[in-house]
Amino acid sequence: MKLKNFFASQWGIIGIGVIIGILAALLQKLGNPPNMGICVACFERDIAGALGLHRAEVVQYMRPEIIGFVLGSLVAAYMFKEFKPRGGSATIVRFILGVFAMIGALIFLGCPWRALLRLAGGDGNAIFGLAGLAVGVWVGTLFLKQGYNLGRSQATHAAAGWMMPLVCLGFLALMLVFPQIQGEPRSGVLFYSVKGPGSQHASLAVSLGIGLLIGFLAQRSRFCTMGALRDLILFRQMHLFSGVLGLLVAAFATNFILGQFHPGFAGQPVSHTMGAWNFGGMVLAGLAFALAGGCPGRQLFLAGEGDGDAAVFVMGMIAGAGISHNFGLASSPAGIGPHGAAALVIGLAVCVFIGFTMRNQTR
Amino acid sequence: MSNIIDARGLSCPQPVLMTLNEIKKGAAGPIVVLVDSDASRENVVRSAEGKNWSAGVEDAGAEGFRITLTRN
Repeated sequence: MKLKNFFASQWGIIGIGVIIGILAALLQKLGNPPNMGICVACFERDIAGALGLHRAEVVQYMRPEIIGFVLGSLVAAYMFKEFKPRGGSATIVRFILGVFAMIGALIFLGCPWRALLRLAGGDGNAIFGLAGLAVGVWVGTLFLKQGYNLGRSQATHAAAGWMMPLVCLGFLALMLVFPQIQGEPRSGVLFYSVKGPGSQHASLAVSLGIGLLIGFLAQRSRFCTMGALRDLILFRQMHLFSGVLGLLVAAFATNFILGQFHPGFAGQPVSHTMGAWNFGGMVLAGLAFALAGGCPGRQLFLAGEGDGDAAVFVMGMIAGAGISHNFGLASSPAGIGPHGAAALVIGLAVCVFIGFTMRNQTR
Repeated sequence: MSNIIDARGLSCPQPVLMTLNEIKKGAAGPIVVLVDSDASRENVVRSAEGKNWSAGVEDAGAEGFRITLTRN
């Protein structure tokens, strides 16, 4: 008989949510940006900046948390014999969904994890984002009920499953070869922020260590914020959602204890108060996550266990970050970017097109 | 004869959707569901048990898992 996976039990998923909530709030204390202890979208955007794929000077940093998520998941997958190299399920569609997921998330300024962390820090604007996320996922479930799916993946060579972990090892190597120099915007090939959110970070060891731990635990528990809403709406299942609630409550409690809870709407860190755009951006992101089958965090954990399609979604998000900042689609504390609204409309149109056209490819 | 659902290569929620649809059709069971990832196995078993079916899992190695669902 197979050993029961504790982390996939009800208490397991709540436990991992609580651990993520505590560690994320703690990371803010240890140097990460306020209400952004861990934000998968923001951190992938910072990685795009570190690589020079966009040149928004305040958001450039090779975030070790992201590297840790992938490698921690890889270790867990190997330890529990769940490393399964696979891919080939509508790969280009996943890339496009990743691009627009990032564009939507950067209109709101955060992924679902950060939406929860913003709320846990007292940022009322996050309510609009979370409502948008729920609506986006709900629209996704309508497509799922109509038979939407991206088709079957195929088992493939181990090396294919290793591509994303190797990329992350490469990122880590770049960071070690070209470490941050105090007050310098550049070190070798890597860009670093001198000011702004990109300049705020915990030490490399702490960020990487926490990333590895969360990656390991999340691989075991299948923690997913999009899946939480999807399963609740589609199947009335509370399983994953209980993990999300655990994250929210634990982050709130930790923020409260550390004096990081500041309720309000105006002047919240790395956010804007345009409610309709906070809502709309996350509708787009939520729909893209639902169509792609996972929130940005889950896609990283899947990429770590050998899922090449999830890895392509991650690459889409990193490319999307470059496009977002280069084209003026991303929001800033002053409000939405000059072309954010247009990008939102195009993104929704693309997602709806994908939702209507990719059907019944299961045979 | 049992119904066989081949959900190999499909990621969630598809295997769960296919299983619940089969259950909804009023199948007397047993239903056999083939999946190839551990997450799908857990999700199918959890969902079926939520509908008051019991699940038996057979590890078919490289072929994935063979889940046999029977109505309680």
